[in-house]
Amino acid sequence: MLGPPLAWMLIFYLAALAVLFVSAFWSIDAFTGKLTHAWTLTNFDTILHSSTYHQIAFRTIWMAVAVTLTDALIAFPFAYYMARVAPPRMRTILFVLVLLPLWSSYLARIYAWRLILNQDGALNWSLAKVGLPEQSWAFTNTAMWIVFSYIWLPFMILPVYAALERIPDSFIEASRDLGGRNWTTFRRVIVPLALPGLAAGSIFTFSLTLGDYITPTLVGNVDFIGNVIYRNVLGLTNNLPFAAAYATVPLIVMAVYLTLAKRLGAFEAL
Amino acid sequence: MRRMHRRHVFVAALAAALCVPASGVSSAAGPTMITKAGKNEGALNLIAWEGYTYKQWVTPFTKATGCKVRSKFGASSDEMVTLMRTGQYDAVSASGDASLRLILGKDVRAIDPKVIPDFKNFIPALKAPSHNTVKGVHYGISLQWGPNTLMYNTKKVKPKPTTWGVLYSSKYKGKITVPDNPIQIADAALYLAKTKPALGIKDPYELNDAQFKASVDLLKKQRPLVKKYWASAGDEIDLFKSGGAVVGASWPYQTNTLKTAKAPVSDLIPKEGATGWADTWMISSKAKHPNCAVSWIKWVSTPKVQAQQAIYFGETPANTKACAIMDKLSKGSCAQYHGNASAKYFNSIKFWKTPQKDCGNGQSNCMDYTKWQQAWTDIKS
Repeated sequence: MLGPPLAWMLIFYLAALAVLFVSAFWSIDAFTGKLTHAWTLTNFDTILHSSTYHQIAFRTIWMAVAVTLTDALIAFPFAYYMARVAPPRMRTILFVLVLLPLWSSYLARIYAWRLILNQDGALNWSLAKVGLPEQSWAFTNTAMWIVFSYIWLPFMILPVYAALERIPDSFIEASRDLGGRNWTTFRRVIVPLALPGLAAGSIFTFSLTLGDYITPTLVGNVDFIGNVIYRNVLGLTNNLPFAAAYATVPLIVMAVYLTLAKRLGAFEAL
Repeated sequence: MRRMHRRHVFVAALAAALCVPASGVSSAAGPTMITKAGKNEGALNLIAWEGYTYKQWVTPFTKATGCKVRSKFGASSDEMVTLMRTGQYDAVSASGDASLRLILGKDVRAIDPKVIPDFKNFIPALKAPSHNTVKGVHYGISLQWGPNTLMYNTKKVKPKPTTWGVLYSSKYKGKITVPDNPIQIADAALYLAKTKPALGIKDPYELNDAQFKASVDLLKKQRPLVKKYWASAGDEIDLFKSGGAVVGASWPYQTNTLKTAKAPVSDLIPKEGATGWADTWMISSKAKHPNCAVSWIKWVSTPKVQAQQAIYFGETPANTKACAIMDKLSKGSCAQYHGNASAKYFNSIKFWKTPQKDCGNGQSNCMDYTKWQQAWTDIKS
């Protein structure tokens, strides 16, 4: 029974990763751009020693962390209200509202944000109406942070909601019976039980930000890891080996992240 | 000549036939030169610059030849080269910084210009230019050419700029846009060639270590001034429409499109001169529809289509007969787009070409294109 799915996984998933890793040790001819199948460590050497590629990797990771924290802060009260306060009808409405953006194209939502953040966009128009100074966030890291936090928010809300909903009322009653005030109950009962949900949601927000290259192109003005890979695959010299080498950076980051998330019980909460 | 030619074809075909069963690798000769066009295949897949496959001349082409055109816009020369190497496309409108790479990579087929009737009316400089003709063999047919321009918002940028320096000064900080393309380094080099003659820059594509470093440093200083490095022509049009940028490096196509939309923009060639492009239609060595590709090149070489494209994109046709039609379509457009320009004007534009180690003066200490690409990633980071 396990055979076919396992074979599928081995051939199409792990084998592809293996080819990716092997090709990272090849190089290309400088002028014609054709692949040279000779073993070399040049690609990794460039990545390890060039400050440019460090900067791009750190910028990407930093943004993924910022987006994850922002989404966690917004998602927690929202999910709490949905799971434990809202009446059933309201809960359904909120569910639909959370899922509704996912029904529209990801690109359409990014372009919508471009229109909002533009110099003469909806945001500046609204700010001018209420007498506030205009912003010029278009094509900055701030714009990227806002757009990333927006598009990945549902992926944080849903697992946190699931974790909060699972907490039995009796636990909270028990805490109160033992003299726990609201804040103590929240801190010592609810948050620890919601933590696996937060960790699960953070896997999505972190990895999705880490791998994205479209948002930086459309609303930002700097490169992410994905942009460097993209330009090396389609764009610059078709330098697939270098793209493969750089692609190992997010792979390693994600491996570390998943190990930490597993410790926090994220996989039980999924 | 013709006879010898046939023999070549025969030998090459024989060599290929012997080679295939033995190794499965194509012979060194590659596909043969195109010397005549056969029956159209009914379809054609193109890679083109945005604005090069407009329905105004594509629809009548399909009607006349039965070749259904599917075109994909290439955002940069690099992307065009990569797409051509997939072997899924029949032809490409390659600029000079892509054409030579395609020829050396054996990605394109040689063509006898006699196949294209309008070739004889082309300006002499574009009959066998070094970016598409190697050792007398033509690997494509020239199309159009033009300068990269300085575009500005006529309401916000006053007085009217006269120098590329406006893109390197903090006067319009945060309102500047330039292409996201390593070949931009040549624009900086061109500016330095005039403003810092001590560097001794003669050709903006042939830069030694010191010249290259000076150009890259200038672009690094420009980095904080730039609102957005535009990736597609549409990007820059959006920026100028929304007021995100008021001045930038551009193609005439963006200015034309924005003017049609009644945006307050204008463009010019600054006093330092300009880089530019000279494009060539090249047929893939793996083309599945080579006859349709030849028909297409015939079509876009005719005076009428040359004139239509020149006016639509804002560039100069290779066919000298197009000038009269341009003026008929839009009065004064031939002079506006330099359709009747002298060889002196042609020579004043520094056309895109692939930077190589070989400086062209016997020395080989110039920065090659890989260096340009690395530097561009550094500049942008």
